[in-house]
Amino acid sequence: MNIVVSIKQVPGTTKVAINPATNTLIRAGVEAIINPFDMYAIEEAIRLREKFGGKVTCITMGPPQAEEALKSAIAMGADDGILISDRAFAGSDTLATSYTLAMGIKKFGQFDIILTGKQAMDGDTAQVGPGIAQWLNIPFIAWVKKIEDVKEDAKTIRVERMMDDGYEVLEGPLPILLSVVKEINEPRTESLRGKMKAKNFKATVLSAKDIEADPDFIGLRGSPTIVNRVFVPVRSGKKELVEGATVEEKVSKVVASLRESKLVN
Amino acid sequence: MDYFLTEEQQMIVDTAKDFAHKVIKPVREEHDENQTFPWEVVKKMGEAGLCGLYIPEKYGGTGLGILGLCLAVEEMSKVCSAIALSMAATGLGTFPILLFSSEEQKQKYLPDIASGKRLAAFGLTEANAGSDALGMQTTAVKDGDYYILNGTKQWITNAGEAEIYSVFAVTDRNRGSRGLSAFIIEKGTPGFSFGKKENKLGIRASATRELVFQDCKIHKSAMIDSEGKGAIIAVNTLYTSRPGVAAQALGIAAGALDESINYARQRKQFGQTISSFQAVQHMLANMATEVEAARALLYATARSIDKAGDAKGFAKESAMAKLYCSDVAMKVTTDAVQIFGGYGYMKEYPVEKMMRDAKITQIYEGTNQIQRNEIAAGLIKSAASKK
Repeated sequence: MNIVVSIKQVPGTTKVAINPATNTLIRAGVEAIINPFDMYAIEEAIRLREKFGGKVTCITMGPPQAEEALKSAIAMGADDGILISDRAFAGSDTLATSYTLAMGIKKFGQFDIILTGKQAMDGDTAQVGPGIAQWLNIPFIAWVKKIEDVKEDAKTIRVERMMDDGYEVLEGPLPILLSVVKEINEPRTESLRGKMKAKNFKATVLSAKDIEADPDFIGLRGSPTIVNRVFVPVRSGKKELVEGATVEEKVSKVVASLRESKLVN
Repeated sequence: MDYFLTEEQQMIVDTAKDFAHKVIKPVREEHDENQTFPWEVVKKMGEAGLCGLYIPEKYGGTGLGILGLCLAVEEMSKVCSAIALSMAATGLGTFPILLFSSEEQKQKYLPDIASGKRLAAFGLTEANAGSDALGMQTTAVKDGDYYILNGTKQWITNAGEAEIYSVFAVTDRNRGSRGLSAFIIEKGTPGFSFGKKENKLGIRASATRELVFQDCKIHKSAMIDSEGKGAIIAVNTLYTSRPGVAAQALGIAAGALDESINYARQRKQFGQTISSFQAVQHMLANMATEVEAARALLYATARSIDKAGDAKGFAKESAMAKLYCSDVAMKVTTDAVQIFGGYGYMKEYPVEKMMRDAKITQIYEGTNQIQRNEIAAGLIKSAASKK
């Protein structure tokens, strides 16, 4: 089983100072770590390999020093690491980032499962994971708290998705992208053998040209996002149960309701 | 202090430290209080690569020697020596195999020990044979291709949890120290059972039980080396294992010192931190000096053994390291409780546990009185051989 884990290097924010003049994080000289949510994805990938065999490859987009994040992943037990790094990627928003990572994963070749953390703890968008799935045209399940079963022959996977009030059991075909929550496992510490391997590890570095990226889709040029306002959305907690005799009937009721609210055309 | 650790040795320290803080620390109180065996930690210790440091690479270990073992035991013991002991006592049970077994036996047992999959234990002590270990009563009577074992071993660390036991028994009462033999006995062997789990002052996360042999039939292929080699195997095992006990004691002392410094810098009395009082400063200074001296002696001993590839020539130094580190551990942990004052006596703070855990290091694998005998014997022997 080929498992790809998309990870991000972030500043260890517990140690980050704030510039009092600008109210922004002082990133210079701050220790960089693997996004904590991605640690669960790496751990889950290693557990899948331990159960089903295969290979765990971590992929990240970032500056040359992001190789350190890949080294930490190797020390935990990942088999390989790919660093997508090029000045042309500077200024990428989540759309451009997910495109770039998707192109890098395509270059990597065969994969069965792509794992990511539920979101990065610096940007908190939770958009890159689903973005990658979209670019690769594969299904995506968010907030996975347990992988119940993988059927390698039938190429299907059954998972538990965490919800606000309980969980859902979902089944999907492989290949698939899953974003995982911290309830899924407890990440292991770096092993001695892993550390020794990481010491001599050199990541495969891919440039914009290597991944055959369309220049219109990467970096600042490929990033249409404009940050207008940053706020915490209010959750209403309101929910409605749709009754109906058949699935078709229930779906048409849902669609009608969405149309009424002008959420879909 | 710079101990000139190699990059690999430093990695052991970093790995063990990280492991101790992330995996051991959250559960140490619970295991101490309930006297439960930390299997979930042992499993992860194996995954972290901390169980096979002293085992050569060809048997699945990392081949980083006695110093490698000591560095890991020290780091983990800073946080919880009782949990670290699951691995350190496995070392004690493994050395007879590592040092004296046939190639076949090594291939059979060492890889599982190195991976942390199975634990080992060392069965020497009996109710009436403690310091006088050679006065043991357990017998192994030859019966064709088998030996029939009868007797009871007492206070065996890891007993009941371990699956591989190095057990010593009398094969020929008339031959004295040459009448002892050692066997590898697996858990589950008919006629081999365990006594009740002991309720202890310290190292409560470690399991201590009796090994009971009742007409336990062991094939002769399970013997380590040959008949009559038991005493030599036991003595050489202890020479090799004592640095591990010393490392455990050193870790306890160093852990208690760290706790004491942190506490002294926070605790305020008379409007100032107690670290500003000379009475406390001098205690901390003595503790730190003794810990550093203990470390220097231990590392030098471990390095000497690793360089020689054998502990035989360093029996005296091995005893010195065990003696000194454990005496320092008792003293430093007692002072740590003193610095913490009333809080130190309470179980909410970690130093009372460290003090309880320290005491055993002066007792097991040879009491410190026996260590002094060993050191004196070594001194007299080397002086006599110069003439």
